[in-house]
Amino acid sequence: MTSIPLIGEAVAVAAEPRLAGAKIGVVTFPGTLDDRDAARAVRLAGGTAVSLWHADSELGDVDAVIIPGGFSYGDYLRAGAISRFAPLMSKIIDAANSEAKLPVLGICNGFQILTESHLLPGSMIKNDHLKFICRDQTLRVENANTAWTVDYTDGQEIIVPLKNQDGQYIADEKTLDALEAEGRVVFRYVGFNPNGSRRDIAGISNAAGNVVGLMPHPEHAVETGFGPESLNGEPRDTDGLGFFTSVLTKIVGGDK
Amino acid sequence: MTTETTKKFNIDTVEHAAKTPDTELPWAELGLKQNEFDEIVKVLGRRPTGAELAMYSVMWSEHCSYKSSKNHLRQFGEKVTEEMKKDMLVGIGENAGVTNLGDGWAVTFKIESHNSPSFVEPYQGAATGIGGIVRDIISMGARPVAVMDPLRFGAIDHPDTARVMHGAVAGIGGYGNCLGLPNIGGEMVFDSVYQGNPLVNALAVGVMRHEDIRLANASGKGNKVVLFGARTGGDGIGGASVLASESFDDTKPSKRPAVQVGDPFAEKVLIECCLELFKGSLVEGIQDLGAAGISCATSELASNGDGGMEVELTSVLLRDPTLTPGEILMSESQERMMAVVTPENIAAFEAVMDKWAVEYSWLGEVTDTGRLIITWEGEVIVDVDPRTVAHDGPVYDRPFARPEWQDSVQANSFTGSVEDAGRPSAPTELAAAVTELVASPNMCSKAWITKQYDRYVGGNTAMAFPDDAGVVRVDEETGLGVALATDANGRYTYLEPYQGAQLALAEAYRNVATSGAVPMAVSDCLNFGSPEDPDVMWQLAEAIRGLSDACMELGIPVTGGNVSLYNQTGTTPIHPSPVVAVLGKLDDVARRTPSGWREDGQAIYLLGTTAAELDGSEWSNLRGHLGGLPPKVDLAAERALGEILINASRDGMVDAAHDLSEGGLAAALVESSLRYGVGARIALEELMERDGVDLFTALFSETQARAIVSVPRSEEVRFKDMCTARGFAHLRIGVVDAAGGKLEINGVDELSLDALREAHEATLPKYFG
Repeated sequence: MTSIPLIGEAVAVAAEPRLAGAKIGVVTFPGTLDDRDAARAVRLAGGTAVSLWHADSELGDVDAVIIPGGFSYGDYLRAGAISRFAPLMSKIIDAANSEAKLPVLGICNGFQILTESHLLPGSMIKNDHLKFICRDQTLRVENANTAWTVDYTDGQEIIVPLKNQDGQYIADEKTLDALEAEGRVVFRYVGFNPNGSRRDIAGISNAAGNVVGLMPHPEHAVETGFGPESLNGEPRDTDGLGFFTSVLTKIVGGDK
Repeated sequence: MTTETTKKFNIDTVEHAAKTPDTELPWAELGLKQNEFDEIVKVLGRRPTGAELAMYSVMWSEHCSYKSSKNHLRQFGEKVTEEMKKDMLVGIGENAGVTNLGDGWAVTFKIESHNSPSFVEPYQGAATGIGGIVRDIISMGARPVAVMDPLRFGAIDHPDTARVMHGAVAGIGGYGNCLGLPNIGGEMVFDSVYQGNPLVNALAVGVMRHEDIRLANASGKGNKVVLFGARTGGDGIGGASVLASESFDDTKPSKRPAVQVGDPFAEKVLIECCLELFKGSLVEGIQDLGAAGISCATSELASNGDGGMEVELTSVLLRDPTLTPGEILMSESQERMMAVVTPENIAAFEAVMDKWAVEYSWLGEVTDTGRLIITWEGEVIVDVDPRTVAHDGPVYDRPFARPEWQDSVQANSFTGSVEDAGRPSAPTELAAAVTELVASPNMCSKAWITKQYDRYVGGNTAMAFPDDAGVVRVDEETGLGVALATDANGRYTYLEPYQGAQLALAEAYRNVATSGAVPMAVSDCLNFGSPEDPDVMWQLAEAIRGLSDACMELGIPVTGGNVSLYNQTGTTPIHPSPVVAVLGKLDDVARRTPSGWREDGQAIYLLGTTAAELDGSEWSNLRGHLGGLPPKVDLAAERALGEILINASRDGMVDAAHDLSEGGLAAALVESSLRYGVGARIALEELMERDGVDLFTALFSETQARAIVSVPRSEEVRFKDMCTARGFAHLRIGVVDAAGGKLEINGVDELSLDALREAHEATLPKYFG
């Protein structure tokens, strides 16, 4: 029979009880779209997803937080500008900056919220071609030492979906130089810069490496048959799963 | 919560109307005809108030009342067998039909037009088209899971086409992307007949558990009526009556104010909010506000219920406090819903609203009087039997007759015509013809459009454009899912409407079957010209007759849809364009079949036989010819082909399947090769011999009930046996060639995939940037 994998087959992740015990919060704002996808990614990686509501004033006992993509408050003002003031965000900011260094991942609109929150430097403006773009995007992992990338290797190329309207990353030259020097450029676009981002930057981290933001969507590349198309016969539909296994590895203190 | 500023108008109350029978009313400006106005007076026993006139004028418009098509549409309900009804949980007449998927799951889908607004204001017109159809789906109690958009524009090189194309695509993307609904397919056609009247249709599909099905009715005396979502503004006033029910001409001022303005964020919040209401069983009945706004919602809820309704109009939250009662009743402001809530559930309902920060106002309650009564600061401005507004509008038996020109059009076959001169036959000519075809406006890659749409959101998209059908997983545990395809061919339908509508159904059916799904239900959007033109009315009548006959023969019912008339510029109608959507079911979406081959050495089979059918084809279109008769319809063959494709998918006998339709075998071979960048070697001599056609015809004929498949070597015997056992023509025409990077067809100069891809993908960027 055919060697092409059928879609929907269970992704092989060892069911480790210690992973399932790790709780990853997924925040929903009004207008969040990819929260269910992020929760699914956490489950497929072996962890437990916990829904968090933007208006809650307590973070609970989560071990990490994902701020998923979407159009919170319609992006009518400036992407992320209103969500940044949600009660839960101040808790997330405190926890991310604390001794415990809560791992936080911002995807797309989540990345925009993190820059608005000043957990990450720079900002996103409208794509240079002024249109929404949805494509399978190749990224190079530039730093495999953050909380969300330890399961990758430096220089590894992965393919994950990209879909945004305001995805052009900008910052002043000094900030960009500092990010490069400190190894805080975590992902770079390869082959094609889909939005005009400075220095092909797709994702960055804070100095401690616990907070990571990126425009592309790893949570859409976690399940066979539902992610990006294969490249040269190689299946590439689960390239994003490493984000979620990385943080679980980090949480349960696994060696890497 | 009431509006801060309640402006005191010179209110035309029912009492006042009764006393002033001779007051002149602007019924003609509101789109009513003399006989219709007289009928309203007869129904009420007095002249209508201004507010009543506003309600009747929108609800009796062509768009809302289906007055010209109703007599014909009945066939969709009549030509139905018990077998066809077995999975239909909700049929035509509700916001959208509901089909049983098994395992306690149900699916609802519907296609609608937003043509006129999309010409006047392409971005908002197309955006609110998506918004409206999605609210129809929510109203049924379902979570919307995907959208599709069949689009038809004017000539690709006409200066105005870019305006409409850019606006409509950005609007569909801007709204749909923001709702978190994957866009899984659609159509794109360019033809100068749509220059002044583009077709922007929108389809939405939603899923629910059986117990969550909700209907639009207001029952239970004392239950409260609530309006929630966006505030009511001055946009879209008279949209249904004025825009959708008239033809455009250049002599009247711009109708921009009649187009609604969309707020996708408000709609996204509304979706989540409604789903939470359904989950808590907090609403008794629910209705979205679309065409005709509050007029439609109140009269339909009351009319479908068992009593009446009383509503205080000053309780409606307004964006613009200067709106008159009539304007409030007619406003088509988007992102609004109306629901009926029991007194016990009021607190819980309000808690959900507060959680999502959705504004709401209690307008009134359900009564047992059988009357819909609307007051303005307590004074009665509407007192009607809601059925007379919502259901018992005028019905016309419009005269229709086969056009005089039909015979001469049908006699003008492409073969042998002036345009057919120099038909390609040499290998270089055929290679150039294939390249020209796949680069042509209607056959080129749609990626310029589809890359502006999010196809990933939700994580359940198993297939999307450019595959034959969009496939969405419904149940993550079992892999249960649905497949959807929409199709129409205005050229075929112009040549022969009865057959043309059947061909649209046949193609959508085939596309769904190609994906491996079992076709289950149909929704249709009938885009035609003016019903007052007997030629057009005949096209409409024939198309409906053809479609309903074909549904019966294929055994799949129409569960809902929409009719869009007056699509014409001056006296020139568009090609009759019945857009047909077919929904199918896949027990496990893991078994879905994509349209491209990947594995080197797999056998490529052509299913079905090929006749010389070039009339109405894309090739004849490229040569500027339209005449003759469209390809023959053979529904028994379509059904047999469908069964083969479905079985082959279920039993793993094929790895790729692509239907043959516009552009024939040539287009299908190129598309299946470009899908994954894997070429093929093809030899058609045996086919030419068997079917008695030349190479050009084999490549460009649009004979129906055909598909190409790629079969793994280990499955070849089993596959052939299955086709033989079913008596279906099948012929091995080639093999997948992964190494060559080209499409080789005996008798045609070599076509490199790089060159084909460049030709295929360059067209839209060339015209639209």
